Amino acid sequence: MDLALQLLFTGIGIGAVYALVALGFVLIFRATNVVNFAQGEFSMVAAYLMVVFAVDLGWPYWLSFLLSLAGMALLGAIFNLGVYYPLRHRTFLPVIIATIGASILLANSVLAIYGPQPQVLEGWFETPGIQLGPVYLDSQYLLIIAVTMILVVFNYWFFEHTMLGKKLQATSQDKEMASLLGISVSTMIMITFIYSAVLGGLAGILVAPILFVSIQMGSTIALKAFAATIIGGFGDVAGAIIGGLALGIIETFGAAYISVPYKDGFAFLVLVLFLVFRPQGIFGERVAEKA
Amino acid sequence: MSAPSENMPITVPATRAKPLLIRHLPYFIGAAIVVALAATMRFDGYILNILMQATTFAIAVFGLSVVLGLCGQINLAQAAFFGFGAYAVGIGTSDYHISYWLCLAAGCLMALVAGAVLGMSTLRLGGHYLAMVTISFQQIVTLVMINAIWLTHGPDGVPRIGRPDLFQNSQSYLAFCVAMLALVGYFVWHLPDTRLGRAMRAVRDNELAAGVVGIDVFRTKVYAFALSAVLGGLAGGLFAGGFAYVSPDQFSFAESIVFLTMSLLGGVASPIGSAIGTGLLILIPEWLRFLKSVPGLYLAIYGLSVILIIRFMPDGIWGFINVATQRWRSQIKAPPAAATLQLKPATVSGDTVLEVTSLSKYFGGLKAVDGVDIAVKRGSVHALIGPNGSGKTTTLNVLSGLYKATSGKILLDGTDITDMQPHQRTAAGLGRTFQNIRLFRSMTALENVEIGAERPGNTLIGKGGDAALSERAMEALTFVGLGPRANELISSFSYGHQRLIEIARALAANPTLLLLDEPAAGLNSSEKLELHELLKRIAAQGLTILIIDHDMTLVAEAAQHITVLNFGRRIADGESMAVLRHPDVVSAYLGTE
Repeated sequence: MDLALQLLFTGIGIGAVYALVALGFVLIFRATNVVNFAQGEFSMVAAYLMVVFAVDLGWPYWLSFLLSLAGMALLGAIFNLGVYYPLRHRTFLPVIIATIGASILLANSVLAIYGPQPQVLEGWFETPGIQLGPVYLDSQYLLIIAVTMILVVFNYWFFEHTMLGKKLQATSQDKEMASLLGISVSTMIMITFIYSAVLGGLAGILVAPILFVSIQMGSTIALKAFAATIIGGFGDVAGAIIGGLALGIIETFGAAYISVPYKDGFAFLVLVLFLVFRPQGIFGERVAEKA
Repeated sequence: MSAPSENMPITVPATRAKPLLIRHLPYFIGAAIVVALAATMRFDGYILNILMQATTFAIAVFGLSVVLGLCGQINLAQAAFFGFGAYAVGIGTSDYHISYWLCLAAGCLMALVAGAVLGMSTLRLGGHYLAMVTISFQQIVTLVMINAIWLTHGPDGVPRIGRPDLFQNSQSYLAFCVAMLALVGYFVWHLPDTRLGRAMRAVRDNELAAGVVGIDVFRTKVYAFALSAVLGGLAGGLFAGGFAYVSPDQFSFAESIVFLTMSLLGGVASPIGSAIGTGLLILIPEWLRFLKSVPGLYLAIYGLSVILIIRFMPDGIWGFINVATQRWRSQIKAPPAAATLQLKPATVSGDTVLEVTSLSKYFGGLKAVDGVDIAVKRGSVHALIGPNGSGKTTTLNVLSGLYKATSGKILLDGTDITDMQPHQRTAAGLGRTFQNIRLFRSMTALENVEIGAERPGNTLIGKGGDAALSERAMEALTFVGLGPRANELISSFSYGHQRLIEIARALAANPTLLLLDEPAAGLNSSEKLELHELLKRIAAQGLTILIIDHDMTLVAEAAQHITVLNFGRRIADGESMAVLRHPDVVSAYLGTE
């Protein structure tokens, strides 16, 4: 029972990371109707930026953190201009192939620069964690959960209660009508990419002290996050978050009770089960693509 | 989903008379010469390895050209399927000393089954799912290769892989691989002109229309995906025999991306493009060996190339060459004259061809169609009219199976089609056109109509051979007045003519009932007159027509019977003139005083 509680805590922590990346997926999907296959690489690049600023250059953690996020915002903008924007009038297939190309480009550029050796990044806090009854609460996991909760609330407030959020929603629902109403669609899409890159980057920075900072972390996280969006219901914001948490918990328990080497396989298994038996996901939004 | 027709090159088939094998004889002679060269020329070990790699990779890339190029579905796990074949041959010959041929067959079978299962679980959903699921599958296969050490030897790989007795030395084995490449290449080259290949292209161009002209969209996609997996498996088996050693890193996601880049670079839609792409991406890294000293640099360049190719050269090198040399190639051949189109609508049940009983379609709380009854008499022209938003097109979409009926019953010539898929309804004798034209845009008019003629259950095409199909399609195109332009691409036709091609596509199938969705929309007045003439000629052959249109003149003149919908309900039904004078109809259209 104690072990189960401990695993639940860890699962929620890791699930929160998947949820953040999944949220980035969903936001871009809603704005552009395209799945960004380089979303996971945003997390990986941000983690390496942290290594550059905080470890190699030895700058303060908070400054490195802000600089890394600024770097991600820039990367999001470049990504939009270089990968999505030139192809925006094409069908979805060329666009996803281009994002796959971008994902390969990002991962291997970092590999070429940094080499295959995984890097270590310290956590934000000096204190490793606190013991609460039978459960040990690791400080980094606590931080991840707290940040995710804050972001979920922020996200809700931003999209429902600000003018910019409403414009973004209008753009994702009907681009032509939005532009007829004087909303600059290309600006809105640019903002979406920047926001998603920052979200993905945040997830990468938060999870980096738990995992090693490695080239593979991007594709692993992306895979889980995509599975999370399907479990929750594709294109649904709440679904992405619930799906991410569920997947984190399933995976942690699977690794503890079934098999460690195949830990990354559970996401795939759950994904296929959902695709076969409940493709619309838990919240059941949109399965088919627009005709 | 609309498929990326913009990416696909254009093939204009010439009309063919001689038997296939004789026409393609030069190909086989050429292939035989290349095989003989591969068997006899003296290569040093290095060149031999490069040739072996290029030959086996090209077969795997052919697989991508089928699934991605022909059918428009993505496969990011080709290296995993390649690995299935390689490990089957590797483990089988090295650990268990089973015959090479048996292992090769087993590898292909495993790839086939894995591909089919993966496809069946995902291909009903959109392309994003397929992309992610194939990536996941690829990762799992790599995990198993590394961790299931008892079976795969883990990261150490499988050494001492055997070859068939017949091809023990490297040179003869290479010749064998080249022969396989030639065979597979022939198959992939010929595939687009077969029934399955046409179905794949139709699915790629317009999934919705493909279903409505009688193609089982899901099955076609699964076939394409499984076929691509088998070719991957075959290539892997040949590869393992060639190099005698395999290890997990040769079948990683990165390798899948290499296959994808090869396919995109050369031109995804044709085996020639695949071969060019494969050759280049094997040779270039050999020339630029110094780049290999930095890990990751190669793949980074591949990633960048993918983005640039998609952006600037979506049809690849071969597509580019095709476009550039188009003006030097022969002009589009004029098709032969055709006989008069025969329409022999099937007659099974009694006087009523279509019997719709209390049909409803709700979208959430919205009752788009609410308890509608329609009875269409055999041989009549029946019109379904109503103001905008009255539920006409929804009714048509429920009839052709694009929407599922919430309740009610549809009988077509005595057959209950209420729960059938669109392609099954077409097989049962339903034909339709669309308000917003849905043709297969990368094909010629003739090919579009041929796909219509191929309807399962069409009794007028004999056994459905190529000659019979194109004859039937020519008759249908001549019937609508476009016979001489049969070999032109869809994009060169005006809007009105595209509409006629859609009608020809439906007529070629020899349907029992023809549904026309606003055929006059967007036509100018002379085109409307032509359309009216055409409808008369169709009706004269006894084909029953159910037409939706806003053009009251057309409806009043063409239809003997009219059903009027408003707010999803039937408000009037009966003989044309009486219905048009009905006070409810007048008020629905003009408002009440």
